[in-house]
Amino acid sequence: MDYSPVLISLKTAAAAILITFFAGIAVARWVISIRQENVKVLLDGVLTLPLVLPPTVAGFFLLYLIGVKRPVGQFFFTYFSIKIAFSWAATVLAAVVISFPLMYRSARGAFEQVDQNLVYAGQTLGLSEWKIFWKVVMPQALPGILSGGVLAFTRGLGEFGATAMIAGNIAGKTRTLPLAIYSEVAAGNMEAAGVYVWIIVAVSLLIVGGMNLIAVKKQSFR
Amino acid sequence: MGLYLDIEKKLKDITLKVTIDTRGHQGITGILGASGCGKSMTLKSIAGIVRPDRGTISLNDRVLFDTDTKTDLKIQDRRAGYLFQNYALFPNMTIRENIQIAIRDTARKKSEIADFYLELMKLKELSDRYPARLSGGQQQRAALARVLASEPEVLMLDEPFSALDAYLKELLQIELLDILKTYRGDILLVTHNRDEIYRLCDRIYILDEGRLVASGATKLVFNDPQVVAAARLTGCKNIGPARKISDHMLEVPGWNLRLKMERPVPDRLTAVGIRAHYLRPVPAAGSNCIACRWDKILEDPFEITAITGQGIWWKVSKEDWNHQLKRQMPAYLKIPEESILFLKDQVTG
Repeated sequence: MDYSPVLISLKTAAAAILITFFAGIAVARWVISIRQENVKVLLDGVLTLPLVLPPTVAGFFLLYLIGVKRPVGQFFFTYFSIKIAFSWAATVLAAVVISFPLMYRSARGAFEQVDQNLVYAGQTLGLSEWKIFWKVVMPQALPGILSGGVLAFTRGLGEFGATAMIAGNIAGKTRTLPLAIYSEVAAGNMEAAGVYVWIIVAVSLLIVGGMNLIAVKKQSFR
Repeated sequence: MGLYLDIEKKLKDITLKVTIDTRGHQGITGILGASGCGKSMTLKSIAGIVRPDRGTISLNDRVLFDTDTKTDLKIQDRRAGYLFQNYALFPNMTIRENIQIAIRDTARKKSEIADFYLELMKLKELSDRYPARLSGGQQQRAALARVLASEPEVLMLDEPFSALDAYLKELLQIELLDILKTYRGDILLVTHNRDEIYRLCDRIYILDEGRLVASGATKLVFNDPQVVAAARLTGCKNIGPARKISDHMLEVPGWNLRLKMERPVPDRLTAVGIRAHYLRPVPAAGSNCIACRWDKILEDPFEITAITGQGIWWKVSKEDWNHQLKRQMPAYLKIPEESILFLKDQVTG
């Protein structure tokens, strides 16, 4: 039994959520602050696309960008001697791109649900924007943001299509759990596939359940 | 010292155009208007939450906003305290934390100052509770403590009693008056409730669809609102389009009535108003009397409200109705001359 897919998957999902979590929050704040309504709508659509398109389409676009002969891929290769395509970094990239919309949308919803009057109250009381964000807005939005983080993490853990396209299925290097399951089934090893399935189910359940518990505890300002 | 503003802003359905000047006046200034008339917008413009299209706002000789000089102070720098309709207490902070965060001082001083306001608002026992566990009245007191603790130069109250039930409302109005007496800056109170404004405010501005229709000392404005919209907003139930016939005679076609006046009838009169309480029941027809065909009779705890076929409202205390009238509806109502309001459609001059 090869347990490297478990490690690769956890590493990938952890690295991806680190990026997605903060990027999702920052982008959500940014989109909310845009005043032109049509720009906002367009941007929101583009940022949500990876969620609604087949992951292979996202993978196709990514390959188009980061392939060694493509502009971004070439840039990284010439200046940093890094090949992104078909490396571990590519599994992270795929997970980030696919899980980003979940984080972004959850964070945006959570921020928009915060009563705007609380922000105005803070401003009229003379609190700095920084203080208002960290002491008023964030605590209100936190449950929504955390649940977005959980969704994004588990989505990143389960990413398959885009990963296969840009990172391939290299055992011990880019073979994540979903790819390992597919490979084992394709090779007729139902038992090995089953083990991977139970691992991914257990990890996902643990994280979703654990986060819900924390969220419930944090919520009660009564 | 005081607040001066002269602003214009295009809103969805109306254009807000309002001038308010509290300089040289003491006490509470009220803004009365129906919902959507722009009164909250006015407060929000002063606070800086909303930006007027044109105009100027100054507070104690400090320019907060001016389109000519392109001045637009940040909300934080305006020192305009705003008591929100829903109080806007920070739900994730205790009452004490809510107050402390608003105090601009050192940490040790903060706790001292917070103690003072908790005491002032009788919130000592509740200081460690979260806002969700407080009643409406307690939340209002906490919000008021918080806004006072931020030491604003003007205190703006946006429908402060609308979220409270009737019993609590009266109690809190009395409390509020006491507390507000200790506050040194200007106070602006916005409401749609004429009783609140009459009781609490020394001077009022009446807004109708974004336009100022009356302003001045509260009692003077209520006694002589001059404009139809102002009369309606101050609670005048009977307003009829009227026509001048001669210097001492006018006609109210809707009420089928000619009124003889001792006072000279002004030329630009377009309507007359008579408050429902001021009509006098009389047994027989006479001059300035309305023959009543009673259409609806409503009984309140202490008052009878009756409406005639012409749509004229009459209110009489239960005591008078029981004793003087012996529970009989009168056949005629006399309009006492001194209670007749001469009204115009528009503000002029």
